[in-house]
Amino acid sequence: MSASVIPARTARAIGSFPGGIHPAENKTQSLTRPIQSAPLPETLIIPLTQPGYQQAELLVKVGDHVLKGQPLARGRHGIGVVTHASSSGVVSAISEQAVPNASGLPELAVVISTDGRDQWLPHTGISDFQSVDRDVLLSRITEAGISGLGGAGFPTHIKLRNQHSLIKTLVINACECEPFITADDILMQERAPDIIQGIKILLYLLQPQQCLIGIEDNKPLARAALEKAIDDERIQVVSVPTKYPSGAEKQLIQLLTGLEIPSGTLPAKSGVLCQNVGTAYAIARAIDHGEALISRITTFTGAALNRPGNLEVLIGTPMEALLDACDLDRSQLSRLIMGGSLMGISMTALNLPLLKISNCVIATTAQEIPLPQAALACIRCGMCAEACPVSLLPQQLYWFARSKEHEKATRHNLFDCIECGACAYVCPSHIPLVQYYRAAKAEIRDEQDKHRRGEHSQQRFEFHQQRLEREKAKEEKRRQERAELARRNREAKAAGKPTAGQPDDIQATLERVRAKKAKAKELEENS
Amino acid sequence: MDLLLQTPLLGPVLALLALAIAFGALLGYAAKVFKVEGDPIVEQINALLPQTQCGQCGHPGCRPYATAIASGEAINKCPPGGESTILELAKLLDVEPTPLDAEHGKEAARKVAYIREAECIGCTKCIQACPVDAILGAARHMHTVIVAECTGCDLCVEPCPVDCIDMIPARSPLQSWHWPLPDSMSLSQRNDLIASDRQLSGAH
Repeated sequence: MSASVIPARTARAIGSFPGGIHPAENKTQSLTRPIQSAPLPETLIIPLTQPGYQQAELLVKVGDHVLKGQPLARGRHGIGVVTHASSSGVVSAISEQAVPNASGLPELAVVISTDGRDQWLPHTGISDFQSVDRDVLLSRITEAGISGLGGAGFPTHIKLRNQHSLIKTLVINACECEPFITADDILMQERAPDIIQGIKILLYLLQPQQCLIGIEDNKPLARAALEKAIDDERIQVVSVPTKYPSGAEKQLIQLLTGLEIPSGTLPAKSGVLCQNVGTAYAIARAIDHGEALISRITTFTGAALNRPGNLEVLIGTPMEALLDACDLDRSQLSRLIMGGSLMGISMTALNLPLLKISNCVIATTAQEIPLPQAALACIRCGMCAEACPVSLLPQQLYWFARSKEHEKATRHNLFDCIECGACAYVCPSHIPLVQYYRAAKAEIRDEQDKHRRGEHSQQRFEFHQQRLEREKAKEEKRRQERAELARRNREAKAAGKPTAGQPDDIQATLERVRAKKAKAKELEENS
Repeated sequence: MDLLLQTPLLGPVLALLALAIAFGALLGYAAKVFKVEGDPIVEQINALLPQTQCGQCGHPGCRPYATAIASGEAINKCPPGGESTILELAKLLDVEPTPLDAEHGKEAARKVAYIREAECIGCTKCIQACPVDAILGAARHMHTVIVAECTGCDLCVEPCPVDCIDMIPARSPLQSWHWPLPDSMSLSQRNDLIASDRQLSGAH
């Protein structure tokens, strides 16, 4: 796309970010068909996973009949996301199921046998969102279970909470810069008015000074559709050059505003908040129609599919039926990837359920995306540093991660790495660099956690020691007092005087017990 | 003045003497004012140890082991700290890291004590054994572990007369999972990596 086709209404990006790569886009394959509706599956597997793998609070039990849009579980203590039944049916199991995740470990999920009626839980929308309180809208967004649909899946209500009047710029991420993915593109082409409605709700919630929609210049149809739908002068479309990873939050903000978000801080601290177009669409559905987030647009693509395209799928649908709907050639399939070809994860089975974050499924052949080649030694060419969009030193970080020099890695700003994979993409030695950074980050977090707990335990241990010493001192004091009393009594006895303290007490106690016994006996005899 | 002029050595000697007295006084003053209490290296070592107070190293707590390390004991006797603690200690003390001494136990995932409450007889023996006061209860009343405070030191298990204490993993497998280093991955795992993929026929 040349820059000259950009109409006057579209602003040009004012900033830029360093590095970046231009991988083959592979987006046209899945854009030949409009959004298809997916067949209703017989079973739905809906994971209850919460951020940080905290336990979810279950709202249903096995055997319950649930309706479409009925909440199944929620996060505890107001954090986390609400999960909903994507269709009506009976809860047939609540157990650990294989789901698409990096660890390959099973996660707790609700399994629903659908009844085919696809019957909604009664729900109503808010006809005029500007007439209701912001808190009402926020709680609607919470109850609708909306989390970031761009891929990271951060709970939207947490991101939006307490941000009123603090945000100057609302950034809407329409970049979709990763190869193969076209879910946002087609959503914008077909449902732009709903997206704009969602953006207007966000504008009402946050009251920013401006709203910039950042879109890569390889999506002219989507951009035209958005421009046609915009009916609010605060919203502006900004065209950014096609370069990976322009859709990364901080990079996009840098492109649109020229503002570099400081290391270790959230964009909100600099007065910028970023939301994905898919999330804006989900917000519009939740407010205008009262619909929970139970479906999304997912791109099904890859050379092993004869009919690639974008499907509107129910969350929790096992992928196999959807892949078959796109005419999967099993003999050609070498790998199944959830997400894009740079940041996605390999899936081990065909029938894993789709999640809220599943923006793309790539059924790829060995030709299209070959298996990773064996890593060779680093030749210190420095191409990774040129490709890094955060201006880090990937090569240094690689050495530090390998030799577990965590302190040095931290000081070289390892935690600013966005794991985009640009460094690994350009590496002529095929070193899986991102993998090293992910592992090192996790190890450092574990270490920090260990130190925090260590400090806490040390404090507790010292208190414990102090308490023991205090008790010992008290005991010692009492012992001395008793010894003193005994000594005085001995002396008094020797002098023939009546003794003070204990002996008299003993006598008195004995008499009291005797009297009590006599009374009890009397009572017994009387009865 | 005459004396000074006639014996040229006397001047420098007096000057040096004056300097020596001045600096001596300064040093003496500094030693009093800037005196460091305790052995700072022990503090630094202690801060790196996991503070479970479990005694697996053969010392009655983390500080005694820190003191022992400061006076030359091996740094590889702490199973709860594991490899990362050994690396940190090696760096602090500028010695070669050595693998964990198997004699003192294996590195395992963090655990917490769990009291099967139905079986607890309320003897308070575990409460007395706990080095961080993480067990709540009273005589002849059920006891329970405050999970957030438990260090997983294992010391409460042995005194329990009815064996109702289990050590269970503190985090679920999912919570404790993280990406491994590629060096430690199997071939099939490495083949699952896709972040480094490039297309054979791709244009770049």
